Amino acid sequence: MVSPPMLPPILAAQGIRKAFAGRSVLNGIDLEVRQGEAVTIIGASGSGKTTLLRCLNWLERPDAGDIRIAGATMGRSGSLVAGERELARQRRLFGFVFQRFNLFPHLTALQNVALGPRRVLGQPRAQAEARAEQELRRVQLGDHMHKPPSQLSGGQQQRVAIARALAMDPKVMLFDEPTSALDPELVQEVLDTMRALAAEGMTMLVVTHEMRFARHVADRVVFMADGLIAEQGAPEALFNAPTDPRLQRFLRHLEPTA
Amino acid sequence: MIFDWNVVWYAVPLLAHGVVMTLQVSVVAGVLALAIGLLAGLASLSSFRPLRWLMRGYVDFIRGTPLLIQIFLVFFALPVVGVRLPEYWAGVAALALNSGAYISEIVRGSVGSVEKGQSEAALSIGMTRTGVLWWVLLPQAWRPMVPPLTNDLITLTKNSSLLSAISVYELTRAGQAIIATHFAPFEIYLLLALYYYLLISVLSWASRRLERSLPQW
Ligand SMILES: Nc1ncnc2c1ncn2[C@@H]1O[C@H](COP(=O)(O)OP(=O)(O)OP(=O)(O)O)[C@@H](O)[C@H]1O
Ligand SMILES: [Mg+2]
Repeated sequence: MVSPPMLPPILAAQGIRKAFAGRSVLNGIDLEVRQGEAVTIIGASGSGKTTLLRCLNWLERPDAGDIRIAGATMGRSGSLVAGERELARQRRLFGFVFQRFNLFPHLTALQNVALGPRRVLGQPRAQAEARAEQELRRVQLGDHMHKPPSQLSGGQQQRVAIARALAMDPKVMLFDEPTSALDPELVQEVLDTMRALAAEGMTMLVVTHEMRFARHVADRVVFMADGLIAEQGAPEALFNAPTDPRLQRFLRHLEPTA
Repeated sequence: MIFDWNVVWYAVPLLAHGVVMTLQVSVVAGVLALAIGLLAGLASLSSFRPLRWLMRGYVDFIRGTPLLIQIFLVFFALPVVGVRLPEYWAGVAALALNSGAYISEIVRGSVGSVEKGQSEAALSIGMTRTGVLWWVLLPQAWRPMVPPLTNDLITLTKNSSLLSAISVYELTRAGQAIIATHFAPFEIYLLLALYYYLLISVLSWASRRLERSLPQW
């Protein structure tokens, strides 16, 4: 189900490297994502999945490499280094969904989602809140808009976080294990939301341990090992006929999935 | 030893004037200290390095020197460079600068202790560092600031007693004046202690009410 090959990638990362305290975590990642594509990233713990996502939107500054998204090069402004404002503008080309939601506890669900449109885009309050309401309905939370995060379940909180990202009209959504902090019975509602998003044509990059999601929703699966992309391809091919021995080992250790 | 109740009854109304002055000095210096502390605290969080160094130096100096010396510096040393403040304002300025340094550390600490994921979430929706500070970190930092701020304002109120050394006619100075004429140091100092204690109690009570009234999540 790969998108037509003639479309240029909306996201192209090239040669991304990152080390922490001299220990190399990303060793030159090349990754292209096409508009509307849903890509899942899998890999063992410590293989650098989170670091890759955080480097893409420059929450973590890559040591080397280029990230081009929708015509912009992250951290670059023409031939110059992007200033803080320019970088902030580039960063919102990505939506980011965190493992632990990171909702703003002092704001209601509605205010969480409206904060970006209001304070970043400078929209008047009514407009920002109307947009927030629309995004919250999109993730089935129309009835909980005025609750603070502390009164929402984990699954609801994560959906608010998704709505908060969507309200900024991102070109690419990044998800870092969005369901792994959730009680098992709450996982499905978040996966359903993401599946709907993918069906609407949102470009998504999802780090997950939910192999069913990888198998049934993703257009492509990327397997990371030792800070590199070790193997990638359509889910069927990758799961049924893995070639990299590390991938074979990784898949053997997973519980059997449907 | 005989406790002289007469001097006590005589002193109570006389000290009222001192109480008013102590209150006034503390409130004015306290408000200034809060403003200085907030600004200096934010400056010490700035990404502009020289500003951070300047704030470090300020806090270090205040921490490393006695308040009494700071008061004398403002009162006696500033005139040398052409700034001459009347004792009241010299005292208020010294107290505010002193307390402001400690308050800036509270501001810096509370903002810094907001969980890192909060800043990252705000950055990820395209906020600049200033926006993050203003819309996400500070609103969450107010409540935890109240107890330590109360401590510092209490300290400031007690420290105002040192302004007696530059003849600001506040509570301690008023008491000393009575002692000088009536030679009843025990009675008067005991009375002063009681006055300060009551002032501080009111302050603590107000702070607890404020803390409870601030939103919690
Ligand atoms: N800020 C940091 N400072 C130092 N080391 C870090 C930092 N972030 C990540 N690392 C290290 O980089 C390596 C890769 O981490 P990363 O979180 O990207 O892995 P991951 O693939 O997401 O793992 P998991 O499946 O456990 O989430 C780990 O060894 C981690 O300890
Ligand atoms: Mg991770």
